[in-house]
Amino acid sequence: MERIKEPLLHITRRDGMPLWKSMLIRAGAVLIALVISSIFISAAAPNSQGFFGFFGSFFSGSFGTMRRLSQLLRETSMLLLVALALVIAFKMKFWNLGGNGQILMGCLASAMCLVYLGGRIPNGVLWLIMFVVSILAGAIWALLPALFKAFFNTNESLFTLMMNYIAMYLVAFFITHWYPQGSGAMPSMSEYALIVKFSDPSNTSIWGKTIPVVLAAVLVTIFIYCYLRYHKHGFEISIVGESVNTARYAGINVKKVIIRTLILSGALCGLVGFLLVATVNQMITTTMDGNMGFTGIIVAWMGKFDPLVMIGVSLFVNFLTRGMSQVCIDFGFTSEALSDTVVGLIYFFLIGCEFFISYKLHFSKGRAKKDRPDFMDPAPKPPEITDTTAQTQQENTPDAAEETA
Amino acid sequence: MDIMFFSSAIEFGVIFLFGCVGEILTEKSGHLNLGIPGIMCMGAAGGCFGAKLYLMPTDNPNGFVTILMAILFAMLFAAALGAVYAFLTVSLRMNQNVTGLACTIFGVGFTSFFLNTIVLTEGVSTKLSYAGQNFFNAALPGAESTGWFGTIFLDHGTLVYLAIIIAVLAALMLRYTKIGLNLRAVGESPATADAVGINVTRYKYSFIILGAAIAGLGGLCCIMDFNLGNVDANVSQTIQGIGWLSIALVIFTMWKPALAIVGSIVFGALYILSSRITMISFEQIQLLNLIPFIVTVIVLIATSMIGHRETQPPASLGLSYFREDR
Repeated sequence: MERIKEPLLHITRRDGMPLWKSMLIRAGAVLIALVISSIFISAAAPNSQGFFGFFGSFFSGSFGTMRRLSQLLRETSMLLLVALALVIAFKMKFWNLGGNGQILMGCLASAMCLVYLGGRIPNGVLWLIMFVVSILAGAIWALLPALFKAFFNTNESLFTLMMNYIAMYLVAFFITHWYPQGSGAMPSMSEYALIVKFSDPSNTSIWGKTIPVVLAAVLVTIFIYCYLRYHKHGFEISIVGESVNTARYAGINVKKVIIRTLILSGALCGLVGFLLVATVNQMITTTMDGNMGFTGIIVAWMGKFDPLVMIGVSLFVNFLTRGMSQVCIDFGFTSEALSDTVVGLIYFFLIGCEFFISYKLHFSKGRAKKDRPDFMDPAPKPPEITDTTAQTQQENTPDAAEETA
Repeated sequence: MDIMFFSSAIEFGVIFLFGCVGEILTEKSGHLNLGIPGIMCMGAAGGCFGAKLYLMPTDNPNGFVTILMAILFAMLFAAALGAVYAFLTVSLRMNQNVTGLACTIFGVGFTSFFLNTIVLTEGVSTKLSYAGQNFFNAALPGAESTGWFGTIFLDHGTLVYLAIIIAVLAALMLRYTKIGLNLRAVGESPATADAVGINVTRYKYSFIILGAAIAGLGGLCCIMDFNLGNVDANVSQTIQGIGWLSIALVIFTMWKPALAIVGSIVFGALYILSSRITMISFEQIQLLNLIPFIVTVIVLIATSMIGHRETQPPASLGLSYFREDR
């Protein structure tokens, strides 16, 4: 008789996992990644401060001074805004990879206002025009792929990717057009900065740029949360994301939903562009988007497409990035690229650990269970057995997580 | 001038060709690997590292061994990142877009760090550019005596011919062999392939890793062949841009490696156009740089409008396969 080969490992989907347990797995994954990178860095650094110095530096990158804390909050808000813009498209399974381009177009529109209108009209009017134009520019940049997706089912991820580069070269074109003699850079026009002024100038320089950005992020988070949760549009988005055919059957105009959602998504990216130019930089470069369009995707996905969870995730991602660049400075690395490497490594671990949250591993125990392996059992298991498997799972998880490493 | 232009277009185009053929093999197994830009960067890092390992202790380096070492390490580094992607998306069934982007972030950062701090120690860059000029760009015999024919077909480095050979082999494999048939089945419908008895996981792993290794050669080709071995500070950014275009080229060529040979030369010509036209201002160069991206968008729209079955991506592209999901 032919012997059936029993697989060593058997995987099933989990129904759910308590929040504390899933957070523990994620924290474990980050910790493993950090310890691995800290060992390498403290061994290889030209100016090493040891294993514990690594973590000291790491925290001081975000919380060392008031200025760093303010910058952490500002960048978190920016990233959150981008992630919120992208999440409404992702809920619809529309892979908007064009966040970078949409942000840059918003920046470009704002910068254009600065160059052509700055000083000719009152600042208040200037900001209003910049705001409107940036939002329009971002929306148009997202509308193009959306139109073709809706009418011809054109692959949106590649379309939006290409739009990133088109936006980048457009910005490069305008910079050289405006400043042909310059070194490819636009001087900062700080007299038009949209910042909050305090009576104490040092407070202004620390918090002035942060407050408007954080305010915008808070408002948009509330708006998107309510939009997705309580508004009819949000419901339609999730139906289209689940199944286009169901949506059509329910009488939802899928084309309209796609176009409307992407206009909103692009407009929010345009808003980020406006904030980057009007509040933070008052100038434009081709890399001003800071790759937030891509980081935002990771934030949205790790935040399970939930706006409130995404707040925490974007804070965490910025904490990592800032901590790592501080480590690079303190440990004497000249290039910032190392921080990207470590952040990339942490992403791998965070992505990998999601598996252990949504799936359950069963290790077969040799010959003993051969007569009735549980993947051949069609009947639903009684609760006691589920409990024991859950227990073995708990024992196995750390091993499995290490294997991922 | 025109012949020289065509010749450089071929030389630049093969960088796309490596990336494109690698991505086609990956996508045929049903995985959209957005990590290709990062993987190509890894290839560049690995290739330079491999060449350094051999060149630094050797006084009279042998060209053949140098190229072999570079290719070996380029493929090794790229395959390593490809294996990480494969593990996360095939075994752990995570979202392919997110994993791919993480691969790109990691690969680009790692390469820029690795090249600047580990590879480019003292004296390496002169050796690398010596190797780039004399080994990687060594022309075939008869390149100078046969006029325009020689310039177009014979005056290229080893990697150019390797790229075309790989593309032809990939095309034949997909079209005429059982492995190719099985691979396409896995990409179209893994559940059906599984039912027939094809080992879906093995196919996915093999071709994601193989595709990554091939794409990694593109990064090596960009530095050693086209840049003549000169490693500049922004090289990982440049390769990243090329990588995204390679992914777009997959759609441009409708998942056919043989068409990719032509497509990549067209892309190469468009990409170098701005640096070859004289008598234009710096701002016009920026506009010319837009052309490859705009052409890609137009092709993307055109193929989707035609909507012919042959021009569509593999049916289960981007979806994780879990046997127990029904």
